[in-house]
Amino acid sequence: MAVKVGIPNALLYYIYYPLWQAFFNEIGVQVVTSGKTTKEILNNGVREALADACVPVKLFFGHVMGLKDRVDYLFIPRVVCINRKTIYCPKFLGLPDMIKHSVTGLPPVIDVRMDTRQGRFAMLKAYMEIGDIFGASKYLSSHAYRKACGTLKRYNKLLRQGWHPHEAMNLLHKPGSLPKPPATSLKFAVIGYPYNIYDSFISVNLLDKLRRLGVGTITAENISPLSLACQKNCGLPKRLFWTFSDRALKAAHFLFKRGHIDGLLHLTAFGCGPDSLLNKFIELEAKKHRNIPFMTLMIDEHTGEAGMSTRLEAFVDMVKRRKEALACLK
Amino acid sequence: MPKITFPRMGESYRTFKMFLEDLGNEVVVPPRPSKRTLDLGIRYAPEFACFPLKILMGTYLETIEMGIDTIVTTGGVGPCRAGEYAMLHHKILNDLGHKIKMIVIEPPRLHPFKFYKSVRALNKARVSIRGIIAHVKRAWRKLQALDNLEKLSHIVRPREISRGNTTRVYRKVLDWIDQAYTTEQIIEAESTAIEALNSIPQDPNRNVLKVGIIGEIYVLLEPASNLEIEETLGNLGVEVERSMFLTGWTRDNSWNETTEGITVKEAASPYLPELIGGHGRDSIGNTVLYAKRGFDGMIQLAPFTCIPEIVARTILPKVSKDYNIPVLTFFLDEQTGKAGMTTRLEAFVDLLRRKKQFRSEVQSLTC
Repeated sequence: MAVKVGIPNALLYYIYYPLWQAFFNEIGVQVVTSGKTTKEILNNGVREALADACVPVKLFFGHVMGLKDRVDYLFIPRVVCINRKTIYCPKFLGLPDMIKHSVTGLPPVIDVRMDTRQGRFAMLKAYMEIGDIFGASKYLSSHAYRKACGTLKRYNKLLRQGWHPHEAMNLLHKPGSLPKPPATSLKFAVIGYPYNIYDSFISVNLLDKLRRLGVGTITAENISPLSLACQKNCGLPKRLFWTFSDRALKAAHFLFKRGHIDGLLHLTAFGCGPDSLLNKFIELEAKKHRNIPFMTLMIDEHTGEAGMSTRLEAFVDMVKRRKEALACLK
Repeated sequence: MPKITFPRMGESYRTFKMFLEDLGNEVVVPPRPSKRTLDLGIRYAPEFACFPLKILMGTYLETIEMGIDTIVTTGGVGPCRAGEYAMLHHKILNDLGHKIKMIVIEPPRLHPFKFYKSVRALNKARVSIRGIIAHVKRAWRKLQALDNLEKLSHIVRPREISRGNTTRVYRKVLDWIDQAYTTEQIIEAESTAIEALNSIPQDPNRNVLKVGIIGEIYVLLEPASNLEIEETLGNLGVEVERSMFLTGWTRDNSWNETTEGITVKEAASPYLPELIGGHGRDSIGNTVLYAKRGFDGMIQLAPFTCIPEIVARTILPKVSKDYNIPVLTFFLDEQTGKAGMTTRLEAFVDLLRRKKQFRSEVQSLTC
């Protein structure tokens, strides 16, 4: 029987899972995921993690709890820097240690460090190190890595075409199996971190809810990296240190400037450190673009479905009426 | 003439004031953070920003009322939020309609040009490079004197016979250091101050506990933000050793050689091998080191939502178990009340005292 490696469906899952899955499969290792977030997973995480931690980290704990007895290894890489410029939030950097030292009864944890600032082949070396654990030769590992990068590229291309991660992952395996989402009259930008937006449980079904209200969505993942890079430092003397926050701020600036959206939602998690700055920066930018309504939505572990619906419906109504009124004026 | 101010962090303002005046600036010393500072801070800073950011926001707004037009502060490159503070403060102040110049001092090693530019902007009197070095040296000596006195006050306070004596003398000797200007004067003031502190009547037989304090630098150094935790502990008969002082932090690399020849970094590496910004790794390393030195307990101070300290806090229970040392954590924010904190401290000290007593009894039985 093949060795099983567990990958929690949280945090970096939405960005790198296709790559990881392809890599592990290529070197002959079976990948097991913890599945969609459920009430039980969240409760486990809330019980296990520190009360002051942010919701996504608590959720990660929950996914690890649900996964640890079913697998031979847990894959929690220490992802430090991927683009040579920005690093991940300190919680990502200390993630393997937080898990190792506070959850008991864990299988061996693969906590390979990934830092592209260390040299040109840092990523390849990291993946070879992973392959080494499973007895894969250097040649096989590098071959698998190259192939996995191709998969990631195709995945990212699907994201650029407007699909959401779950849909894109399905399309990777069965191309053309999903119908195009229907055209909508309104389009909102949803700015936030992938692990909050796409986790339908923790975001209280935000994307689906918007779709049902007749609103199409665009996220930072749907924008091409080049358009984001053109935003430079968004008029700040220094760029934001954190990869996801940097990307979110750039996406917000890009969408505000281009103006093809009817509203901008910032989804933030309670107790998120980088978001306390990011939210203020977006808010200050929104003040300059009065024509695009802006709202901040905060999620936490209490998952209040009704509260979220009310706020979204009110916001969508407001934007709709505003648009009608403006059309009348013309 | 431009009026300049800087963030207040403990008693170090005395040094910065002297240094900035030497460079020909008119300095406005920021007032000690008070209830009003906090009220101003939390009104304009983001809700989930960390505590120091809110205090600084309030301090800036208070000093703006006092007529400043330039703020000098430090930057940073780490993943900790502190490196982005200046940017956010500047944006918020601009948004409120205050036209303020912000001089951000970036680490000279990584941004030599920015560093040079900010030093030039500060150097109003056009002091020569040699002159600047002389001023820095003198300021450094003063900073050391201030730190030495603070360390001594932590040792004397739990042993004083009449309560409040140390704090009174300490306040007085700080003024002596403040008035000293040349290096000779600073050294002389320091030695007289040490003499004065040592001559406070002490009880040598008192059973004094030793507690290490770890955590984030701002809440460690600014007594107004940690509700004078060191004074409270001293009055409870606890000798406090703080893991961080401004001189030690600035020297940073000479910190490598600490007790038992282990660096803080190495001590932390079995638990947290990665630099996560802020002082998360230092917190863990120092806990290990203090435990090895036979301390009775540890207290971690962290601002609410401080990311590195949350990571450290998640790992600390394991360290605490491995080294058998109790750790108490305070997440500080504008809601923290002094009475509540004192109660928790009293309970913690009580626990430590019993633990120590129990241990000594067991020892006397087995011997």
